[in-house]
Formats: sequence, structure tokens, C-alpha cells
Amino acid sequence: MSSGGVGIQVVDVTKRYRTPGGVVQALDGISLGVDAGESLAIIGPSGCGKSTLLGLIAGLDTPTSGVVTIGTQQVSSMDDEERARLRRRDVGLVFQSDDLLPFLTATENVSAQLALADGTGAYADSIEILVGAGLADEIDKLPDQLSGGQRQRVAVARAIVHRPLVIVADEPTGSLDPDNAMAVVDLLLEAQQATGATLVLVTHEEAVAARLERVVALRDGRLADDATGRPIPGSPP
Amino acid sequence: MRPATPLVRLEDISKGYGDRQVLREVNIDLRPGEMTSLTGASGSGKSTLISLLAGLSTPDEGRVVVDGEALSALDDAGRARIRGRQIGIVLQSGNLVPFLTAAENIDLATRFSDGRADRTGDLLDELGVADRRDHLPRRMSGGQAQRVAVAIALANDPDLLLADEITGQLDSTTADQVMRTIVDAGRRRGLTVFFVTHDHEIAARAERRLVLEAGEVHER
Repeated sequence: MSSGGVGIQVVDVTKRYRTPGGVVQALDGISLGVDAGESLAIIGPSGCGKSTLLGLIAGLDTPTSGVVTIGTQQVSSMDDEERARLRRRDVGLVFQSDDLLPFLTATENVSAQLALADGTGAYADSIEILVGAGLADEIDKLPDQLSGGQRQRVAVARAIVHRPLVIVADEPTGSLDPDNAMAVVDLLLEAQQATGATLVLVTHEEAVAARLERVVALRDGRLADDATGRPIPGSPP
Repeated sequence: MRPATPLVRLEDISKGYGDRQVLREVNIDLRPGEMTSLTGASGSGKSTLISLLAGLSTPDEGRVVVDGEALSALDDAGRARIRGRQIGIVLQSGNLVPFLTAAENIDLATRFSDGRADRTGDLLDELGVADRRDHLPRRMSGGQAQRVAVAIALANDPDLLLADEITGQLDSTTADQVMRTIVDAGRRRGLTVFFVTHDHEIAARAERRLVLEAGEVHER
């Protein structure tokens, strides 16, 4: 558990998958830097490799070649156990579907992340985060008793409760109506600003991407455009 | 002669959704250490019954009493406490956090019962998934993921083990294997087990067989 973000470096990363239909090149030599405390949106058409890239940054997967670092930690060379430790302490994850455990209450779902991060799982911290997310009346409810927007806010609370260095969100608003989508983005940005965490978010919604400080586009496994015009590490001048 | 005090008692339970009455005045006693199977057509309310037993939902009428405590009289937090202490649940899907490894998913469950995470290795061994310890759910087969789900259900050392029909993405052979794993684990640990299945051969491994039909439960 920590506070304040760290930079992320993705250097010349490729990712290939073997499928029954042959080898798929999901990422094709990507280099990308994200500053400590920055918020970055990754956009692009479906299948462009953006979720694959996010998975490599979050330590959910390893690249076929290239290097991914979070701060001083080289994620791409970690074994399964080291990556698991990184994810539980230093990364907060939010996905499109909320993935809450159906037999745990909102508070328990959030405390689960704390339990794994620091071994305490203190309910008080979880409740504080849930109240801050506008869920004071929902703390003891099960996922089934919550609306889609409420469930996703619980998922965000779970992703930020341990004050991760990096918050990683894969289409966090993909199943929500515009109002609930913006509530979730607000919550992510508030958490990022309050803790100084680095936020990387994948989305296909322009209105969501526009809320972040920087936007990059992926196409066919390559970086198509850096909307801020910032030089991309490793790219030719 | 069976022991007189049931671990779980469903008393005159009725439950409906809108106009549809799913359960009508259902009465079931589950005695300590007894294994009970429930079969019934799809949509007959089997999952509703599991959910009521687990305190995941509340009946429209009637009471669910677990170890002398009426779940329906408790608030959400109170039901969560009973679940955490006494009940292990394997649902059809959604049992694993997708970004946690097998070991982490189990650690999490053990921590909710007594704060100790030192049984994880034993549970992985017991369910035959020790080699998946550091794997994420997406790197497991469906059957392996469900075995980890069974380990999670056992992590709080429950008195009552509940299992909904294992469907999801599993083929029927694998689903049946997982259900057998649940039955075996319950038997080995002497738990009170209540499970839902479509497979009559597996259902027959329980000493008590119930059938849910038109909202009513009958002994077979």
C-alpha cells in the first residue's frame, strides 16, 4: 500500500497469441510513457489491442517481447507470483462488468481488496470509501440488490481503497448510461487526484476519454496518434 | 431415528417475482451432517431456494432459520455475518474474482471467516488444483475454476454447504465431475449439504432427495 503515483514505461512491446486459427499479433512494437500521477485514455476500435496493452500494464499478462515497468518495477520479467503481489498492492483494477462477488456485501467486496493488499481488510476504511462514493445506504447490500451504476461504483471503491500506485480501468463505463458513466469517471478522477495515482483507462467513448489529461489511439496493435502531440519514447524523431 | 434439531429449517416459505409464484409454502428441515439433493425443471425455482437458504435473498412469507437464528429477522449485515461464519456457497457462476489468482481468491475467503490465510494450500490440495495456485481464472479450465470455487466455499469451514447447479460454460461431463467433488468434500467433512442438480445419478448420492414442482417440494 502506498500513496502517490509512479510512471509507467512500455518499451517496444509485442504480444502474439496462438489461436486455433493461427497466430494473432495483438500488439506490434508499442512504446508509450505515462508520467507519475497522469491520467491517460487509450482509445481505438474493437480488437485494436487496447485491452491487451492494459493487461500488460496491470501485470495480468506478460508480453511476447519488450519491457513494461511501473515505477522501478519491471512487470514484464516478473513470474506469476510476483505479478500477483504487484496487482494486490500497487494496482487497482476496474473492468466493464463489475465482477463483484455475489455472496459478499458491498463492504465485504471492498474489504477483500484491502485484506489482500495489507492483510487487514478493515471495514472502516471500506465504509469510508463507499460513503465517499455516494453509497452510504448501500454498504451492507449484496450486488444483486444494487443498480448497475451502484455496482460499478463499488467496483471502483474496491480498486482505490488500498491507494494503489496505478489505477487501471478497462471500459469501466461500457455497461452504463451516460449519467452513471460520468459518475464512475468522476470517482476515478477524484481518487486519482486525491492519491496522486497514475490512471490508465481504456474506452471507446469519446466523452469519457475527453475527461482525462491525455488520449492515445491504437490501431491494429500500433500507436496511431498521441492526441497531445507528445513525443512517444522509442519513436523516430 | 434422526437427530431432532435441524441445522436449517425453512418454514412455510413463499416467494414470487411479480405475478409469478415460484415457491409456495415450502417446508424443509436440513439435519446436521445430512446430504440433500434437489432436482426440478429449469425455471422451477431451484436457484431461488438456494438463494433463500444462503440468506442472499428473503422470502415473501415464512422464515429461514439457521442454527436457531431466523435469517429473515436479521438485517443485511446480520445475514452476511451468518453467511461468513456458517455457510459455504458455490453458485452457478461469478464465484471467482477474475483478477485474483486461485490462491488469492481462497485467501480472501478464509480471511472473511477468521482472518487466517494458512489453509489455502491445504484447500488447493484437497480440491486437486494445487498446480493452479498462482494462475488467474482465465488461465484455468472451467472445471478447474469451479474446483477453486468449491475451495472458496469450504474456506470458512462452514457447517452448511450449498451448491447451485453447475452450468455456466461447462460441458455436462465436467459439470458432473465438479458436482461429485462437492458431494465428496461434503461427505468427507461431515457437512450438511444441499445441492441442486439435473443429474439423477448424482442426486441419488444424497440420502434425501427432493423434487421441486409447481412451487412445491416433495420427497422422492
